[in-house]
Order: sequence, then C-alpha cells, then structure tokens
Amino acid sequence: MARAISTRRQITVTILAWVIGITIFFPILWTILTSFKTEAEAIASPPSLFMFDWTLENYGEVQERSNYFRHFSNSVIISLGSTVLGLLIAIPAAWSMAFVPAKRTKDILMWMLSTKMLPPVGVLIPIYLIFRDTGLLDTRIGLVIVLTLVNLPIITWMLFTYFREIPGEILEAARMDGAMLWDEIVHVLTPMAIPGIASTLLLNVILAWNEAFWTLNLTAAKAAPLTAFIASYSSPEGLFYAKLSAASTMAIAPILILGWFSQKQLVRGLTFGAVK
Amino acid sequence: MLSPAVLLLLAWMIVPLTMTIYFSFLRYNLLSPGINAWAGWSNYQYFLTDPAFFAALTNTLLLVVGVLLITVIGGTLLALLLDQPIWGQGVVRILVLAPFFVMPTVSALVWKNMFMNPVNGLFAYAAKAVGLQPFDFLAHAPLASIILIVAWQWLPFAALILLTALQSMDQEQMEASEIDGAGPFSRFFYLVLPHLSRAITVVILIQTIFLLSIFAEILVTTNGGPGYASTNITYLVYAQSLLQFDVGGGSAGGIIAVILANIVAIFLMRMIGKNLEA
Repeated sequence: MARAISTRRQITVTILAWVIGITIFFPILWTILTSFKTEAEAIASPPSLFMFDWTLENYGEVQERSNYFRHFSNSVIISLGSTVLGLLIAIPAAWSMAFVPAKRTKDILMWMLSTKMLPPVGVLIPIYLIFRDTGLLDTRIGLVIVLTLVNLPIITWMLFTYFREIPGEILEAARMDGAMLWDEIVHVLTPMAIPGIASTLLLNVILAWNEAFWTLNLTAAKAAPLTAFIASYSSPEGLFYAKLSAASTMAIAPILILGWFSQKQLVRGLTFGAVK
Repeated sequence: MLSPAVLLLLAWMIVPLTMTIYFSFLRYNLLSPGINAWAGWSNYQYFLTDPAFFAALTNTLLLVVGVLLITVIGGTLLALLLDQPIWGQGVVRILVLAPFFVMPTVSALVWKNMFMNPVNGLFAYAAKAVGLQPFDFLAHAPLASIILIVAWQWLPFAALILLTALQSMDQEQMEASEIDGAGPFSRFFYLVLPHLSRAITVVILIQTIFLLSIFAEILVTTNGGPGYASTNITYLVYAQSLLQFDVGGGSAGGIIAVILANIVAIFLMRMIGKNLEA
C-alpha cells in the first residue's frame, strides 16, 4: 500500500515538474520554432506550434543581409581570446595563492571579489574616451582587453578553489621518488590542474559570450559581437519575427550546448566556491 | 607570481575611477570640446536634484528587490520540486536551466516582440482568445515587464544553486525527524531552510551584483521610457554621458552609482563573511 502511494506521488510530482520545466523553456522553444516559419506564419493568428511549412530561408537571409558570420566570429574571438588571456594571467596568481598562501592571501581574494562589485558605469566614460583616443573603439582587441579584466576576478577565484584541492603531499611524494621540477610540473601538477582549468575556461567563455554592457557600448558595426548585433533588431527589424528568431537561435545555440555540459562547474564558479 | 593579476586589476580599478572622479568636477561636454572649466560640486548638485535621479534610484531598488523576491522564492520551490524523485529529472533540469544561457539582448527582444507585443505577441493572442483587451506591457507596466524578463533569466541560477545545496542535506537527519513525527512544514522551516541559508545568501549576493547593473534589457526594450518609468541608475548614467555627451554630469552619476553599490556591497560582504566562516 505504501508503495502504491509513493508511485502515485511520483507521477504527480513528475507531471508538475515537466509542466513547469516546459513552461520555463517555452520562450526558447518558441524562438527556435519561429525561426523555421515564414514571416507570415510567424505572426499568423491563431499561431501554430508545429503544423506549418518548415523552411530554412530565414537563416540564409540573415546571413545575406547582415553578414551574420562576421558577428559570430567576433563573438568567438572575443570570448575565447579574453578567456585564454585571463587564464594566462590568473593561473600563476591562483597557483601561488593556493600553494604558497601568505598572510594577505585571503584579503587579496576578498579584494578581488570586491572589484566585481564596481558598477561598470563608474568607469564607462574614461574607458570610452581612452578607447576613442587610442583607436580601440569598435575593435576586437579592445573588447578582449576589457572582458579579460572584467572576468579576471572570477577566473582567479575559480582556479584558486580548484588548485586548493590538489594535495600538497603529492608533490612531496613525487620529490621523494626523485622527480625533478620539470617532471613535477608535467607529470604531476598539470594532469591534476587540467580539469579545474577546463571548467574555468568553459564558464568564462559563456560569461564573455553573453556579456552585454561593454560589448554594446564599445562597438559599432565592425567589431560588434552577437549581443550587439541582436540589439540592432530592437526596432523596427524586430518586427520580422522569423528573422529575429533565426538570428537569435544561432546566437544562443552554441552556449546552450556548452552550458548543459557545465552545470556542475557553473554552481561552483559563480558562487566563488561557496556552494559545491 | 601574484603581481601581474593584482597589478592589472588595481590599474583597472584605480586609473579609470580616478579619471571619473576628476571629470565629475568639470564642466565637460563632448559637443563643445576644449571648454573644460572647473565646476566644483555643481555636477553632483545637478544630478542629485534631477527628478530623473530619484526615479532611477527607485527603479533600481524595485528591479533588484523584485527580481530577488521572485527568484529566491521561486528558486527555492523549484529546487524542492526537482529534488523529488522524478522520471526524466536530467531533462527537466536542462529545461529549467536553459534561460540562464540566453544572452540578455536575445531574451529581452524575444519577450518584447514575440510575447509582449500588443498586436502580434502571444500574450495578446491569448488575451483575445478569451475575449480580453490585449495589454501593452512595455508601455503601461514597463518596469514590471523588465522585472519579469530579468527574473526569467535568473530563476534558473537560483534554482540550480539551491538544488545543489539541497542535495548535500543529511538524509538521516530528515528521516529521523520524520520518525519523530515532524510534518513537512516544520521540517522545511527547522531543517531545510537553515541548511539553505548559506546558499540563499550566496544567491542574493551574486544576483545583486549583476542586477544593480542591468543595462541591455532596458536598452533594447524600452530605452528607459516611457519618460523615466524604466530608467535605472546604470541606464541614466549611460544616457547622460553617451547620448547627451555630458561627461561631467555622467561622471558624477557614475560616482554616485559606485557609492550606492558600495553601500550594498558592505552589507552583503558582511553577511557572506559571517555565513562563509561557519
């Protein structure tokens, strides 16, 4: 009898969870579906969920009209570039804080976290003017620099929490076995550090891809990544629902896929290791 | 080895911030270059007495508090639900998490055009289907609409973190309380909620950092309007400096934004410091 009640309960909970899950996901589903409709069907009344003539023409048109691929590659270059540059700067810092902690280490980490709380508008004007005067405005390299600095605290924190978990004893053991510094780095430390570095890379590519303050304010036509390109649909192009949907679907698809792989790291990375 | 990262961050903090402070005391407009007279406190006076500032301050607070309420309460309920035995739990988790990965400009435009548009939006269609007049969300309730959009983006984040925290609960303790006759509500308030308090603190801290600087969602939906109905501090400073080219006034606004964020940050760091030590 108890068994029967718990099965019934599981059915109820499952139905409820699926209904809520699909409701939350629905705007994304609707965008993907609309991207395969014609413009007329996209605003048809009553709207149809699946029963329409599926077409790919919107994807072709978005590319033709606005050189979509250029914005896509801007996004790839900016998000990957800023993440890799950030990692190169942060790895030594996080490494030394994790393995050679000084008295000030905790203060420095807290201070780094506090820089994240500086609202970007507080430095918008100087950055804008410096970029204008040095020709960095609307360039990919300019955005790579800014996003590297914006995400540096998160990268350092994340790496620190991963590196801290590598036991120091393992190094002593390797040394006892006669490992030289080089062997130590290549055969002992690197394999243990790589999962943490990979998770940090993944999460920061996602954050940089979706960053929408600096990318909107520091780019125009040339270096605009997808965030800024999609913003150009705000009016009146946004009324072309099918094309807006096609452009949006292509913009979010890579990150949705990456994001699903990074669920666990996401929690840890965004909470600075406070929740695991 | 530590120095490059720290030095870069220091430079990133101090150089532009000093420049903003300096600009905030100048009469400096990009439209009339060359005239950079000392302005004393007049930019601050102008900014603080501007009625737009109080509208923006209120909107900023409403936006942060509104989104926090929806996401923390909704996220807790969602986490409790997803923690139950469910068929296809992995898939439901993915569905719930997805909005967090959508870039702000996309989610704002999709909601604005395909759902909230009073002519062709799905909400308008649903209203007409049941015989109601379509409601023009972004014209008549701009701030509430933006809160809804932003909450949709952040609900998955809160739910995921709270779910992770729930899964680390001591099951034996739960079973023991059940045997002792504790009902679901007393179990929630005396066992689950205290266990979640740290995760909830973290969620509030991190979301507040991001929510104080909401920008893209406002830019592509309402441009801060109608009037100042959906302008927050971030958007107001942006409009002052990059739309009206008033570097002096915009800088004063930027410094005020920094001060406000610091007040919030002190509270939050203290809260989190307490919670993290334990």
